[in-house]
Amino acid sequence: MNKGLARTSVILILSAALLIILVVLNLALGSINIPVNEIESILLLGTSTNPIFENIVLKTRLPQTIVALGAGMALGVAGLLMQTLFRNPLAGPSVLGISSGSSLGVAFVMLFTGNLLGFSFTSLGLWGDLAVVAASMIGAAGVLVIILIISHRIGGTLSVLIIGVMIGYLSSSLVSLLKFYSPEEDIHNYVIWGLGSFNRLAPSRAGMFGLVTIIPSLLAVVLSKPLNLLALGDRYATNLGLPIKRARFMIIAGSGFLTAVVTSFCGPIIFIGVAVPHLAKLLSRTSNHFFLILNACLLGAATSLLCNLIARLPGIEHELPINSVTAFIGAPVVIWVIYKRRMENRLE
Amino acid sequence: MQNEVLQIKNLSIGYGKNKKEKTVCESLYAQMNAGELVCLLGENGTGKSTLIRTLCGFQPALHGNAFLNGKELSNLSEKELALVVSVVLTDRVIVPNATVKEIVGLGRSPYTGMMGKLNTEDRQFVDEAITKCGIQHKKNDRLSNLSDGERQKVFIAKALAQNTPIIILDEPTAFLDMPARVEIIQLLRSIASSSGKSVLMSTHDLDLALQMADKLWLLSKNGKLQVGSPEDLLMNNSFQTLFKNRGIEFDNRTGLFKVEYQHNIILPVKGRGFEYVLLRRAFARKGIKLSPAKEETGIWIEIDRENDPVFKFHKEGKVVTSETTIERFVSNTITSLN
Repeated sequence: MNKGLARTSVILILSAALLIILVVLNLALGSINIPVNEIESILLLGTSTNPIFENIVLKTRLPQTIVALGAGMALGVAGLLMQTLFRNPLAGPSVLGISSGSSLGVAFVMLFTGNLLGFSFTSLGLWGDLAVVAASMIGAAGVLVIILIISHRIGGTLSVLIIGVMIGYLSSSLVSLLKFYSPEEDIHNYVIWGLGSFNRLAPSRAGMFGLVTIIPSLLAVVLSKPLNLLALGDRYATNLGLPIKRARFMIIAGSGFLTAVVTSFCGPIIFIGVAVPHLAKLLSRTSNHFFLILNACLLGAATSLLCNLIARLPGIEHELPINSVTAFIGAPVVIWVIYKRRMENRLE
Repeated sequence: MQNEVLQIKNLSIGYGKNKKEKTVCESLYAQMNAGELVCLLGENGTGKSTLIRTLCGFQPALHGNAFLNGKELSNLSEKELALVVSVVLTDRVIVPNATVKEIVGLGRSPYTGMMGKLNTEDRQFVDEAITKCGIQHKKNDRLSNLSDGERQKVFIAKALAQNTPIIILDEPTAFLDMPARVEIIQLLRSIASSSGKSVLMSTHDLDLALQMADKLWLLSKNGKLQVGSPEDLLMNNSFQTLFKNRGIEFDNRTGLFKVEYQHNIILPVKGRGFEYVLLRRAFARKGIKLSPAKEETGIWIEIDRENDPVFKFHKEGKVVTSETTIERFVSNTITSLN
């Protein structure tokens, strides 16, 4: 085993350990601190000496932890896929207007249908959820395709980024139009949704959410060969035998799905998607997407759990909105990336 | 008969489809044998890159066809093409963290499975390619830390690892300094000679191409492609027609370009040798032509290689200027002429 691979493996193991610690901390810390041995017996044996502890862990903290973990994983991986697809270090679900597209889809279902059809999808339970996810995914994939076409025609990191921001503005203005014609209650729901949160899902739904985010995130490693080739540029990738259109479709579908699922259930979570891939690249120091994806999974989940923990630090009466915490972690990373690129004189 | 790995038959290249079609070159015929180094030469805008892109399968041919190893280019899938042609492009590649070994390893992609894992044979190919390109000492270095010449070698090693009968390179010597250019062309020369692979490269380095290539493809402004060995093309004056009317003159004997200067004064010179050649160049830039003279006329220049100062300018029987350096001699002579 060579030195690089050893380093990469060690980093993976350390990230996994960090993730486990953060999971435990998320279950233990909060307005009421629960001892670790209590958590152990609740999770493994299903009982506890204190029924209040049992209630808190199983009804509140466990679902929240699962959602934060799944969302972080999905966003980290989605960001990595987008950065390689666009060969743009500033690409990410929240940066290129992908989440905005997704939000537009959600707004369409939450606001427009309630207005037009006289009922609200959100009142339909599972089918309503599916409708929201589907609309969100159409929105995310739509923006991804638009950005991809534009980046093909124009190219250049900055121009694509600016266009992404503009698309974000366009979709928010469409959303405000929808809001203008919608009933008060729907708007309230939409605004709350837009703040972003990991604790909106009931325990049963949280498990489901965990499954549809964690499994696809890990499955994304099957895209590692196409991603490794695409990183060289489209023409080198084609010459190395990659059917480029199919590969691009798979990557767009994958990252669109992950972004859409998270956005429809947790709201638009900012910065995790753009910052985590850089942390993964910085720490594992490899260009092999097999390791990068695994690392983005672990670090994405860890980052998201850390943000969740900070959001409900003991001593704070109410939980902070999750996006204000993610920005604190994500924004410095983005600034650092731009600074570094500037030094290398690679940002056109 | 030699083994033809690449044949171009009545090929038209260009852009667009149907009515919007824009033809860059048409009716191209050429061929390349196994183990040959072929240089594609031509002015900017003649369609060199378009031809390269078409042969790599990046854009479809408008009409006609190219045959790679006997198979029609247009019938090959990406996977099949990846086993016949490997490319080195001018595209700037920025892959965060990528090491030389990782990039060269990607050259094995057409042979690896779904996860792209390299087996023992693949790793052997990668090591051999890195050794052949002389970058062993850099194999664990990051791509971003390499010089332009070394980066180019990494991508040539990638193409070697791909192990295809044909390697096509788009201006591999652009942006390199002179020693690096020579090194790259020497490397390609030795790849062609020792491995039996055919190498096609487009370039502007005419002098290097004339020395190193087995064959040249000359693409002229009117869309004609001339094919032949450098010597044959020199013999039938192909280069003169290629670059004529551009204020440059191609010297068949040296294989170099001479710039044609407008001159309005002719100065006679006595004396010969290297000093004369240098002096002629220096005066040519100032619009003065030197011509060898037997007799002493009204004004003349003397080159006296035995004594110092070497250069003397005679005007009406007197020595007006005598200098040891050409720079001062030229400027003094011009002043005294006016």
